[in-house]
Amino acid sequence: MAEETGKKEKIPRQPMPEQAPEVRAKNFDEVPTGQSPETAIKEADRCVQCKNPACVKGCPVGVDIPGFISLVKQGDFTKAITKIWAKNGLPAVCGRVCPQEIQCEENCILGKKGEPVAIGNLERFVADYERKNKKADRPKKAEPTGKKVAVVGSGPSGLTVAGDLILKGHDVTIFEAFHKPGGVLVYGIPEFRLPKEIVFSEVAGLEAMGVKLNCNAVVGRIVSVDELFEQGYDAVYLGVGAGLPRFLNIPGENLIGIFSANEYLTRSNLMKAYLFPEVDTPIIRGKNVITLGAGNVAMDSARTALRLGAEKSIIVYRRSRQEVPARSAEVHHAEEEGVEFHFLTAPTKFIGNDKGRVIGMEGLKMELGEPDESGRRRPIPIEGSEFELECDLVIIAVGAGPNPLLTQSTEGLELNKWKYIVADEKTGKTSKKGVWAGGDIVTGSATVILAMGAGRKAADSIHDYLTWGW
Amino acid sequence: MFKIVKREEMAEGTVILNEIEAPLIAKKALPGQFVILKANETGERIPLTMAETNPEKGTITIIYMVVGKSTALFKGLKVGDGFQDIIGPLGKATHLEKVGKVVCVGGGTGVAVLHPITRALKEIGNSVTCIIGARNKALLILEDKMKMASHDLRICTDDGSYGHHGFVTDVLKEVLEEGDIQLCVAIGPVPMMKFVSKMTKEYNVKTMVSLNPIMVDGTGMCGGCRVSVGGKTKFACVDGPEFDGHKVDYDELLLRLQAYVEDEKNSYDAYMKEKGHSC
Repeated sequence: MAEETGKKEKIPRQPMPEQAPEVRAKNFDEVPTGQSPETAIKEADRCVQCKNPACVKGCPVGVDIPGFISLVKQGDFTKAITKIWAKNGLPAVCGRVCPQEIQCEENCILGKKGEPVAIGNLERFVADYERKNKKADRPKKAEPTGKKVAVVGSGPSGLTVAGDLILKGHDVTIFEAFHKPGGVLVYGIPEFRLPKEIVFSEVAGLEAMGVKLNCNAVVGRIVSVDELFEQGYDAVYLGVGAGLPRFLNIPGENLIGIFSANEYLTRSNLMKAYLFPEVDTPIIRGKNVITLGAGNVAMDSARTALRLGAEKSIIVYRRSRQEVPARSAEVHHAEEEGVEFHFLTAPTKFIGNDKGRVIGMEGLKMELGEPDESGRRRPIPIEGSEFELECDLVIIAVGAGPNPLLTQSTEGLELNKWKYIVADEKTGKTSKKGVWAGGDIVTGSATVILAMGAGRKAADSIHDYLTWGW
Repeated sequence: MFKIVKREEMAEGTVILNEIEAPLIAKKALPGQFVILKANETGERIPLTMAETNPEKGTITIIYMVVGKSTALFKGLKVGDGFQDIIGPLGKATHLEKVGKVVCVGGGTGVAVLHPITRALKEIGNSVTCIIGARNKALLILEDKMKMASHDLRICTDDGSYGHHGFVTDVLKEVLEEGDIQLCVAIGPVPMMKFVSKMTKEYNVKTMVSLNPIMVDGTGMCGGCRVSVGGKTKFACVDGPEFDGHKVDYDELLLRLQAYVEDEKNSYDAYMKEKGHSC
């Protein structure tokens, strides 16, 4: 065939089909609709199978990327998923929410001259194919070791630890504070980016392998870390996330209609308030919505607001477009759907009516000055630039800090000056014997895959400890 | 599932008591702490302060007023039925201390929350006067238990059908005038706590109130339950639910409690209509 002899880069990167912006901005269905086997094979054919693959170095969990892509090219999707599972227990999640453009795909050699191989899309395809067809055997478990591990938090890092350690023969129990597992994958990331059914299916896979799941279990309240040891656990992993919303501390912030992104997204995602009154949790449906902040969580919030009927959904960010911390794909999706961006703009005050509901926001225009400690140019208010924006819903998405509930109730756990847990970068070991930590409660808000990477390292270290000692 | 082992109707069926199997929570819970309950898959997470815990039996007791669809759903649960999810114990426990003379003021279902605190204050050696109120005699709850838990129980009804004719604050004034009160604990509707706090402030009597704002997770994660206390924003779920009554911004709290009032009403009406049809 002609393609066999043709140059690989001549096949263009295969696009991911998506719902049209005007359609999807009114529903909660997933935006990208997934690729066909033919498209996936065609995309896989673009991979030049580097001898020394740089893509793998860009992956925090070290997936054998050329290995699984070569299997996709051969049409053996079942072997491909087995190859991914060897390093990554949550491929359907990672294929969707990993920032591939700054990890594996950034390193792809094809990207030097053209478009990199769509590694994320291929990972997603393989995982979705397996979820539909269920042909692959789950990896074999080692003989039982008789050791018990408690995993606190069922977000991406906790699930990774649980998945790794159950395979090594340990007895693993997950403790989750919410009534459903998944952590930020379920309460934070919206359905249109990551269908919850996918997360629950990944968790069900872990349960099928023997992982025990205790929901409604707030460690630090119903049981302490020390009590877990008394109950016979040999090791404890803390992956509780950074669940403390930051507010702005400006006047009017407690008006009705001003939410933390955590609350707004938890109502919509975990509690499915977008289905109210079919479900019992309500949510405020704003017509004029302002989201403060420009990270991925802000994009998720502004896009959720559109789906809940907003006529106008504005992102207000105090720096410029260049400093936007969200993935470019998320910004692109948001803009396509009609989210407006007001850069170099900062709020100073919220205005309410006599019912205590927000009706407006006052702010100032900013200009960029010298770089601050984050290396980004510091926004400085422009005198006399006061303005007012009408709004009936405000979502504050300016980041999260460490939730103190667990750390305060655990003695002997060293915290840094920002109250995150101090853990060894290579092993995840904390200052407390038998306790590991990873994910956002160590690093501050980061990505799903970095949390998974931390979980992987901790799982290896926990296994060493259970085998050889501290 | 968390099974209901005992169910009582009080105050003409407007207030329900559920004793529920929740051994792990019962073992850990302290007076003043709350749980979050969710009836079923589509249910809302509802925070309620525990009225009683029995660690030996492994049960907790909640007493709630039927005010909307979620509590109407709760009311529909019989002995042997259960709640799909209960999370707790949450919040800080009441700070209990022997201070001398204490007055406990309760209104409506707040009396249920006040009861274990009153009893504990008495048990550690305080002299406890208790004032409880309701709109009328039929709506008054836990009179006998409050009598046992305190040294001196005084009752008020808004319509005069029982006890003092008037508000709890009328009686509170008398008690404060008698002098020497070291601490006031007030739990009930927000306006009651507001006016009790206003009065005790005049008498310079330290006052503790227990707040029940709208909440989602109950672990400090969402900030939905934020209240202004002494000009600072606090999260009732982790910083409370008990606060210095003299510092709480009750007007803001009252407004925030109305956030979903229309949605709640529509949802309740639809539910009652549907229930009516199916009967």
